[in-house]
Amino acid sequence: MQSGLPLLSLIIWLPVLAGLVCLVIGEKSPQMARWVAAVATVATLGFSIPLWTGFDTTTANMQFVEQFPWIDAINARYHLGIDGFSLPLIVLTTFITPLVVLSGWRVITDRPAQYMAAFLMLEGLMIGVFAALDGMLFYVFWEAMLIPMFLIIGIWGGTRRVYATIKFFLYTFLGSVLMLVALIYLYLKTGSYDLQDFYAVQLTRNEQFFLFLAFFAAFSVKIPMVPVHTWLPDAHVEAPTGGSVILAAIMLKLGGYGFIRFALPITPDAAHELDWLVIALSLVAVGYIGLVALVQQDMKKLIAYSSVAHMGFVTLGLFLTWSIVANTGSVVGAETAINGAMIQMVSHGLISGGMFLCVGVMYDRLHTREISAYGGVINTMPKFAAFMVLFSMANAGLPGTSGFVGEFLVILASYKANFWIAFVAALTLIFGAAYTLWLVKRVIFGEVGNDSVAAMKDLRKSEFTVLALLAVAVLALGIYPKPLTDVMGPSVKHLVEQVTASKLPESAP
Amino acid sequence: MIPSSLADFAIAAPEVTLLGVACVVLLLDLFISEARRGLVFTATLVGLAITAYVTLACVPVDGRTVGLGGLYVADGVATVLKFTAIATLAVVLVYSRDYLTSRGMFQGEYFVLSLFVLLGVMVMASASSLLSMYMGIEIMALSAYGLVAFNRENPIAAESAMKYFVLGAIASGVLLYGISILYGVTGSFDLGTVKAGLSREMFFGGKHIGLLFGLAFIVVGVAFKFGAVPFHQWVPDVYHGAPTSVTLLLGSVPKLASFALAWRVLAEGLGPLAGEWRGMLIVLSVLSMVLGNVVAIAQTNIKRMLAYSTISHVGFILLGILTATPDGYAASLYYTVAYVIMAAASFGMVILLSREGFEADRIEDFKGLAQRSPWFAWMMLMVMMSTAGVPPFIGFFAKLYVIQAVLDANLVWLAIVAVLASVVGAYYYLRIVKVMFFDAPEDRAPALQASPLMRIVLSGNALAVLAAGIISGPLTTLCRAVIPG
Repeated sequence: MQSGLPLLSLIIWLPVLAGLVCLVIGEKSPQMARWVAAVATVATLGFSIPLWTGFDTTTANMQFVEQFPWIDAINARYHLGIDGFSLPLIVLTTFITPLVVLSGWRVITDRPAQYMAAFLMLEGLMIGVFAALDGMLFYVFWEAMLIPMFLIIGIWGGTRRVYATIKFFLYTFLGSVLMLVALIYLYLKTGSYDLQDFYAVQLTRNEQFFLFLAFFAAFSVKIPMVPVHTWLPDAHVEAPTGGSVILAAIMLKLGGYGFIRFALPITPDAAHELDWLVIALSLVAVGYIGLVALVQQDMKKLIAYSSVAHMGFVTLGLFLTWSIVANTGSVVGAETAINGAMIQMVSHGLISGGMFLCVGVMYDRLHTREISAYGGVINTMPKFAAFMVLFSMANAGLPGTSGFVGEFLVILASYKANFWIAFVAALTLIFGAAYTLWLVKRVIFGEVGNDSVAAMKDLRKSEFTVLALLAVAVLALGIYPKPLTDVMGPSVKHLVEQVTASKLPESAP
Repeated sequence: MIPSSLADFAIAAPEVTLLGVACVVLLLDLFISEARRGLVFTATLVGLAITAYVTLACVPVDGRTVGLGGLYVADGVATVLKFTAIATLAVVLVYSRDYLTSRGMFQGEYFVLSLFVLLGVMVMASASSLLSMYMGIEIMALSAYGLVAFNRENPIAAESAMKYFVLGAIASGVLLYGISILYGVTGSFDLGTVKAGLSREMFFGGKHIGLLFGLAFIVVGVAFKFGAVPFHQWVPDVYHGAPTSVTLLLGSVPKLASFALAWRVLAEGLGPLAGEWRGMLIVLSVLSMVLGNVVAIAQTNIKRMLAYSTISHVGFILLGILTATPDGYAASLYYTVAYVIMAAASFGMVILLSREGFEADRIEDFKGLAQRSPWFAWMMLMVMMSTAGVPPFIGFFAKLYVIQAVLDANLVWLAIVAVLASVVGAYYYLRIVKVMFFDAPEDRAPALQASPLMRIVLSGNALAVLAAGIISGPLTTLCRAVIPG
């Protein structure tokens, strides 16, 4: 199963180093920087394939483990490894980033070398987050990631980019520092930053409560949940297309991943105790934010709100476990819910990426994101319209697309927990359909809206390639999600075992 | 008590060497022509290199030696502080050279005064008696007053020198008063004897009211020297008013001395009273972190902003000390060293942008640096992110260790205040990044004029912020090793 190469380190540091190369190349030869970025991201994708093929789907143990001493004084180690949760998200990252590089190839004319460098470093750091098995290493990647994103929004963003990017940075930073306190607390308790030690340590009710809140602060901002989601529409709207894609497709997933890796297994009792809160907030996201999305005038904002609603499904699926187990006495439903949440994350990564790229394609032609500025795009850009309709349908959860699988599994599982939860969650099928279909109707269909729409040119080859790759992935995952569930299976089982076992000390009342 | 032979001075070999270097530089300056003044600069750097060599060669093998009749101690902490101070001063002088030349301040006295500041710092680092500590403070402070007023035609500089002098003198007086009371109670200036005396005192259950009285004055004195709120008023004025090269010097090297003062006096000498001074330091530290970070947001002058940022960092340094644990002291030592590296880089960047007749000390002067000079914009980005406490830079690990020590001392609320204060602080560092990267450059801003030497050293300094963060193990281990457990 293990190949000779330290694959994880390779796919983390290859993009980071390539980013440095781009910086050194500088703006004097942008074309060379672009090629460096393209080669590096494609190579990273290439190196992530053996991860998938070499992955042992029969165990929940960490695989491809690399472990070296890092900071001896605090017992922090350079410890990497992946399981069924990290692998799909890593592959998602390595798949999306080359597309982003390609989509920015011609569009970005201001400081293109630094643009590519920022995305390359971002990719490496995000993979690092998904692969880190040491709390301190995780935190370093987690925070360092903010810097390239801060620059991406701030340099290449829209008119209110400075406001949006500072808001983005401070929101995330605020959540993260509380997590830092939690990590240090766990370190003092266990004497190491290793996640396995964090899982093993027993924590009293009070400790778990506060630790959970700290983790919750970090991950709920990132994913984001209501009411700390307000940075997301701003960041999305102002970010350049590539930035929006990475934000929606991968960065939001970091929040969900954080819940899976930290909050749930480390503080299961507190998570159990507070699951009503998370479920309630998730339902608010699914229901209320769906309505908010309906009234947006700006396409990116609409998709941003739709992201919040879709992420509501993720948190819902993750926190249903206890009520399902309590109701049915079996863990099968809980596994369904977590599977659904994970599939939803991967699928949303593909769909939202596709949606933002579609908006980007239109924005590059007309330089506006206002829905009202478009209309009848199908008449001038038929190929493009086909993709846009496909991604919209997937966004609305049409069966046969990946969007359906995750939502369906979560709704199915929530029915076992409580009918009303399932009822509210199912509303998304209506709201989601409403806002996406209405968007499509206003933008794509109908008469040609105005002269500038009439002058729009259909997809270039590179744009076509990017969208086609995403579309294939969306359909493949929708029709045949089994490879994904196979990879996740043992890890999901293991997670359910972890969260249903109490970590309270024996003597506690 | 009185040293009987020259051999006794071996323990102070680095200081003796430095004093010699200072005298040589002074004399050299006297006998060379204006045109060859560059020689003084070279001589100073060579002298610093020799001093650094002597310092490292004199590391006591057994960890700790006391000499000169108990006035002086050579131990690991002293060596770390001295070596950092020497290296920093060398870097600072390299940064200052062009700045001084273009402003007619490139004179021998400037270097001599700088060397004397360093001498004071080194004496403080090694002081094992309240008397030698006080001597070190005064050597450092008097030279610093002179440096601030070095450009005597500049009324702002003269004003801030005056302020610095008056407040510094008051602080010294307050400290001296505390020392005298302490002497009255314990009958000694020697920190070891004071500690033993206090332990006995505490052992018999007595808490001498006079002792607390003296302690309060000493803590105030320390806070003044550190520039902790509410004894911070001199910091922004002095940082702002002094020539940038002097601000660079004052913002970096003396912080090492402040750490030495706080650690030697509070931890080594007054350790048994930790329960008493902890509360005072908590107040100072919280006020410094909060006020420093909040007020920094409102600044438009980058020197003032960095001054308030310094105040907030002082809050963090005090945070480690107030835990009164070896890990806490080690964390503070690490923080101090990290801070000095970052401060040198950030003030160095201000100097880099300045040119003849132009100070570049407004935040707007950084506008569009990413387009004028992408390399240095990225360097400044790293320094700012590090100061804000974002990993993987050294500033993050400094904060990490301090917060770890605070949590270990069961002061969870204090840790949360600290991290929240650093979120507030992040804002104004981000603003610098914003100005550099997101704003367009002003038309009249010319290209950078710095010498190649300065460019190389400054880049090295900024890259050190990154490298020492990613590979933060060795410095961490060193800091923990030198602090006696």
